[in-house]
Amino acid sequence: MEIPKSFLGYKRENGRAGTRNHVIILPVDDISNACAEAVANNIKGTIALPHSYGRLQFGADLELHFRTMIGTGSNPNVAAVIVIGIEPKWTKKIVDGIAKTGKPVEGFHIERTGDIGTVMKASKKAQEFVMWASEKQREECPISDLWISVKCGESDTTSGLAANPTVGNLMDKLEPLGVHLCFGETSELTGAEKVCATRGATKEASDKFMNTWNSYNDFILKEATDDLSESQPTAGNIAGGLTTIEEKAFGNFQKIGNCKFVDVLEPAEEPKKGKGLYFMDTSSAAAECVTLQAAAGFNIHLFPTGQGNIVGNPIEPVVKLTANPLTVKGMGEHIDCDVSKILSREMNMSEAGDELIKTTLRVANGRLTCAEALGHKEFVMTKLYRSA
Amino acid sequence: MATDIIIHDKKDNVGVVVIEKITPKQDCKCWIMEGDGSTSIQSMDEIPLGHKIAMVDLKEGDTILKYGHDIGKVVKSIKKGEHVHVHNVKTKKW
Repeated sequence: MEIPKSFLGYKRENGRAGTRNHVIILPVDDISNACAEAVANNIKGTIALPHSYGRLQFGADLELHFRTMIGTGSNPNVAAVIVIGIEPKWTKKIVDGIAKTGKPVEGFHIERTGDIGTVMKASKKAQEFVMWASEKQREECPISDLWISVKCGESDTTSGLAANPTVGNLMDKLEPLGVHLCFGETSELTGAEKVCATRGATKEASDKFMNTWNSYNDFILKEATDDLSESQPTAGNIAGGLTTIEEKAFGNFQKIGNCKFVDVLEPAEEPKKGKGLYFMDTSSAAAECVTLQAAAGFNIHLFPTGQGNIVGNPIEPVVKLTANPLTVKGMGEHIDCDVSKILSREMNMSEAGDELIKTTLRVANGRLTCAEALGHKEFVMTKLYRSA
Repeated sequence: MATDIIIHDKKDNVGVVVIEKITPKQDCKCWIMEGDGSTSIQSMDEIPLGHKIAMVDLKEGDTILKYGHDIGKVVKSIKKGEHVHVHNVKTKKW
């Protein structure tokens, strides 16, 4: 298949391109959720991103909070941002961070004004932003403007056999065209970690990966009260035939095809070494992982599933594929790309990769994903440790 | 050509059932993805879609190979054609 060289995206002030054109209402902290949701309810076409944290965090955990907030607002799928926090200082820090992209952003703090006054002021600005954003048109953008993140979930053996290698096939075909790619899931590489480390593009990248994995594994060994057999593999994984974490890891690892990773990213860290594949240190919980990848600037997500994970994200469209015919039959409304014919040998891996490229481009051009149509907007902050 | 079982790598000692289920004494067609080879096996158990079948006799302490890699250890001996899962295989991690 001849791969199209462009897609229709929204060009942003900083040179990036979006596959979506959201105006978001971003609460800085848990107690500002009500205000943010009230604004989004007032002003049609905006979306609030409520979450559970943002108070009394400190150190690396607080840095991650800010990085996730600023990164989410900075994502090219977002046209403009209203930030609402309880206090002025942290609100301003996030506004200033997002403003570096050049996009419209305005902050409001609730202290001394209360919810009702803040909702009124923020709603007026949100209306202005959404009407401005509604005039933005999709324009032709080079395919290299796609930043594609991947993560698998509710995996079973069909994931490792077919759905994950389909993503790997897409990566092998799109990487030479200059796209950015990102995989994560530190825990779910356990068992395949040494093989994964050999896929670093440089010794530095390989060493950085092993350090990241070792530090994660030390944490597991310190906190674990058993062999994690209740969590990894999950009950869904086991029902689907996956027996051990090692088996899950080698299946997971099929997603990167033959690509090598150029760098290892902190959670929600924006890639800085140009095009190519990156590994990000993330949890393997679907919503947490996608939220971190979106905050790093990825503008479209590919999600292979076996037993049928249903996750979505408020700003980054999540494209789901499966090779499990029972999942297609039982919950087809969640599946954007069906590659189950691989198992019956009616489709080969390259054909499946081409199908996924076509689906990805249709979604990049504006077709809603199943998760978007069904209203999945899981925005889940990663928390590193307890608050002060 | 349709297949009942897929084996990733020539070195693997397990295959994955890719039809809705296989039944005991069923003669199954197997496709070996690496090198596009084929083989066959008679099943001993009922095994559902996505679950693994032993391609050889395995004894306690043996290593299960899938994708050509170590994915865990046998904790209860397994006969060729039997179901391979959490009841007879465990992780070597953690």
